[in-house]
Amino acid sequence: MRRATDEGGVLLEGVSKVFGTLRVLDDVSLHAGPGEVVAVVGPSGCGKSTLLELACGLQTPEAGTIRAAPAVLMPQRDSLLPWAGALDNAALPLRLKGQNRATARAGAHETFATFGLAGFEGARPHELSGGMRQRVAFLRTLLAGKPVLCLDEPFASLDALTRQELQTWLADALQTEPRTVLLVTHDVEEALVLADRVLVLSPRPGTVRATLEVELPRPRSRTDPALVALRERALGELVA
Amino acid sequence: MTAALLVLVFLGGWEIYARSGAVDDLILPAPTQIADAIGHDHHLLWDNFLVTASEVAVGLLAALVLGFGLAVTLHFSRTARRAVYPLLVGSQALPVVVIAPLLLVWLGFGLGPKVVIIALVCFFPIVVTTLDALRGVDADTLKLLRTMDATRWQAFRFAELPAAAPAALSGAKIAVAVSVIGAVFAEYAGSESGLGHLILQAIPQLQTARAYAAVVILAALAVALFYLLSAAERWLNPRTGGTPS
Repeated sequence: MRRATDEGGVLLEGVSKVFGTLRVLDDVSLHAGPGEVVAVVGPSGCGKSTLLELACGLQTPEAGTIRAAPAVLMPQRDSLLPWAGALDNAALPLRLKGQNRATARAGAHETFATFGLAGFEGARPHELSGGMRQRVAFLRTLLAGKPVLCLDEPFASLDALTRQELQTWLADALQTEPRTVLLVTHDVEEALVLADRVLVLSPRPGTVRATLEVELPRPRSRTDPALVALRERALGELVA
Repeated sequence: MTAALLVLVFLGGWEIYARSGAVDDLILPAPTQIADAIGHDHHLLWDNFLVTASEVAVGLLAALVLGFGLAVTLHFSRTARRAVYPLLVGSQALPVVVIAPLLLVWLGFGLGPKVVIIALVCFFPIVVTTLDALRGVDADTLKLLRTMDATRWQAFRFAELPAAAPAALSGAKIAVAVSVIGAVFAEYAGSESGLGHLILQAIPQLQTARAYAAVVILAALAVALFYLLSAAERWLNPRTGGTPS
């Protein structure tokens, strides 16, 4: 079912997923071209996270086909290792590739600094702010070196102000490090600020209610009338 | 500070009660008499302390190695978990008092049977806390590792092992008190030295204060080991490890 695609994109066609007797996703199709950011919004429990796990190959669908380039998951909670320092957490994928600690640290350090984390190399996760933890988690996701990033509500646990700040930051980071991104969120504005395309899912079993193309220049302003209009449309689909 | 005050009040009450004549000082000597015994017999106590402390240290270490190894085996094999776990629980019901003399016959009078008995009474809490930690590793972390192409061994090495190591020490902390009791039982069953042996000899000789002095030293040994393990746990994981302060 799952084949690595050379071009670095993700394609789901008519995908359904059932857990026991619970139908979670029903006939969902999704396309993300190489370097595109596709956001999936929907109410809680509509199978958004499952969609990401399918794209990452952590689950297999009951129906439909999935073709995806190698993808890495950034889970909803940051899942940083509590006993390891921030730099070691970020460098984890390099360790998994067989690098020793010093090489992995050196490999992660340059980006670590550009992510505004310099000075916190040895800080353990509980010593970092929520925003910093998410940056470390995102850097770890990037360093896995996969063409596709699956971000599961990356900013859900942050306060409103930090969330906006990090959304802008992520948009910038993706400009300099372009990747194919599947972004799951329940925040319509976040989806519109970041994504090229937004899929609106229905409540469980999740089906695609609408696909919105967001053809707005970057960086995007939250108050741009075009973005506000799209938000109204997406919200309309969500509550329909 | 509060602990010191509490101990002082307790000792004060004990002193008054013991000196009041309500109880024979062959049954309950006053704290000051015990302190005298510690001062008077310090050579004797020290020599025997070294024997018991090394039994406890080796026994606890053996329990840690054994308990940790067992927990990892049980974690990796469902079959082993189903087959062995009931036996482990059963092993804790073995009356040490009864099997200690048998072990002595089997393993001789040296360090061997003491280590076996201490390890036997100590390993179970270590298995339980370690296994819980192994199974409690965040499911999301394991998913994330899989998408990063981690092998099963790497998932163990980077996520499970670091979570399990402090948990094993936490289990050892629970076992510290029984490790000392285990040592006394083992020495009661047959030995030529150790604080348990000293107590066994002191009581029929009506050296009650000396026996209590040995008990005080055993308690101090348990407290010292507890804090030592806490420190090691904190060193391994500063967030979850630590002493109740």
